[in-house]
Amino acid sequence: MTAGAPVDEGRTSRLPIRVALPYHLRTLARVEGDVELEVSPPVTLGAVLDALESRYPTLRGTIREYGSGQRRPFLRFFACEEDLSHQSLEVELPGKVVNGEEPLLIIGAIAGG
Amino acid sequence: MSGVRVLVGTRKGAFILTSDGKRRDWHVSGPFFAGWEIYHLKGSLADPNRIYASQWSGWFGQMIQRSDDGGQTWTPVGNKFAYDGTPGTHQWYDGTAHSWEFKRVWHLEPSLTDPDAVYAGVEDAALFHSRDGGANWQELSGLRGHGTGPDWHPGAGGMCLHTILLDPANPARIFIAISAAGAFRTDDSGQTWKPINKGLVSNFMPNPTAEVGHCVHHVAMHRSRPNVLFMQKHWDVMRSDDAGESWKEVSGNLPTDFGFAIDVHAHEPETLYVVPIKSDSEHFPLDGRLRVYRSRTGGNEWEELAKGLPERDCYVNVLRDAMAVDSLDECGVYFGTTGGQVYASADSGENWSPIVRDLPGVLSVEVQTLQ
Repeated sequence: MTAGAPVDEGRTSRLPIRVALPYHLRTLARVEGDVELEVSPPVTLGAVLDALESRYPTLRGTIREYGSGQRRPFLRFFACEEDLSHQSLEVELPGKVVNGEEPLLIIGAIAGG
Repeated sequence: MSGVRVLVGTRKGAFILTSDGKRRDWHVSGPFFAGWEIYHLKGSLADPNRIYASQWSGWFGQMIQRSDDGGQTWTPVGNKFAYDGTPGTHQWYDGTAHSWEFKRVWHLEPSLTDPDAVYAGVEDAALFHSRDGGANWQELSGLRGHGTGPDWHPGAGGMCLHTILLDPANPARIFIAISAAGAFRTDDSGQTWKPINKGLVSNFMPNPTAEVGHCVHHVAMHRSRPNVLFMQKHWDVMRSDDAGESWKEVSGNLPTDFGFAIDVHAHEPETLYVVPIKSDSEHFPLDGRLRVYRSRTGGNEWEELAKGLPERDCYVNVLRDAMAVDSLDECGVYFGTTGGQVYASADSGENWSPIVRDLPGVLSVEVQTLQ
């Protein structure tokens, strides 16, 4: 099952995967703008999160709960105008994300008053 | 030259207030970790430049930050708090069994001798320990597993382990307190624990004198007399002279004995401070007048300390970890309010003035005395 265009596994060069983090996670990771990650195919949501946490260990536990590995309740995943929050981590990301044209958006829910 | 560093945790970040020994002019730095709830910060006695901070957010969970330069710069360290083994259950608000779930760190207590060793009191109630500067955390699961855990239940603020007292005379002895379970003590560095709640009476419980279930708000000790403990319970101010084996009420002439904060003078072990709060239904001072009460007799006889504090229209609260003392020759006393004020007295409570008036709601106040 895929959520976007099939990935060309035969490509020898690819743009990095872009991830847009919410403000507080950018501050924690000490980055500005989108994060760029190299992720080997298949580029699934889980693989991108693994790569993100590997490159920025400070973010471990802030997006996915320790233990359960579940997305934190007040965070959502979006890409290419699709809500990926409730999809399996094993689902491949949309082609434009895989090709680096569009970012994976990690968004903090607007909650509170 | 001596001075003080006041570490303030608030609902929207941490602030550090510094002054020389006169404690008249203050420098305010922060917010650190802006936008996050900072439940607690505390510095190491063994190395005052080492400070630990508990940083939490409803969106992103728990972080622990560490400073090695007195709070100028910070580094995130380990934030994985995994219960040891199968977590089991405690009572939920409705009396049903509820699984233990980690939520946040309420209190950080650095070792008295090793800057890299630090304890963390967490919600749902458990005690964790790090020996590597906060990089890795292990639960001291003998507390949660000693037998009474299934009868613990959360207070209104959650089932939190909020007080950790290390015995300066006996490194193997630790006192902790949990809302709403009570006080507990280990004499073997955390392997085994016993409830120490004899003498506490909590009328909200089916058995008001039960071994556990008491809503202890805070416990304080003087370093020179670690067997003498003072407790602000939900209602009642209590005292133990035998390391918690038994307690007696010392509320005496307090106008109300509900409250959260309690602390002991740095040089007078029989002098203690509380901030009476009207009731558990109305978490603000009596009659809109913010007052500290001081006993110089170890309880029972209390005097009102009011000079410099609001005389009217004051409806803030002072939370359990939001009072501290310094150890300069003339003991300084400090407390923070849910309205964002941090008040200081440089003369043991006789006169008060605000260091800051408009911080976010204050969750905790700790003081480092710098020589």
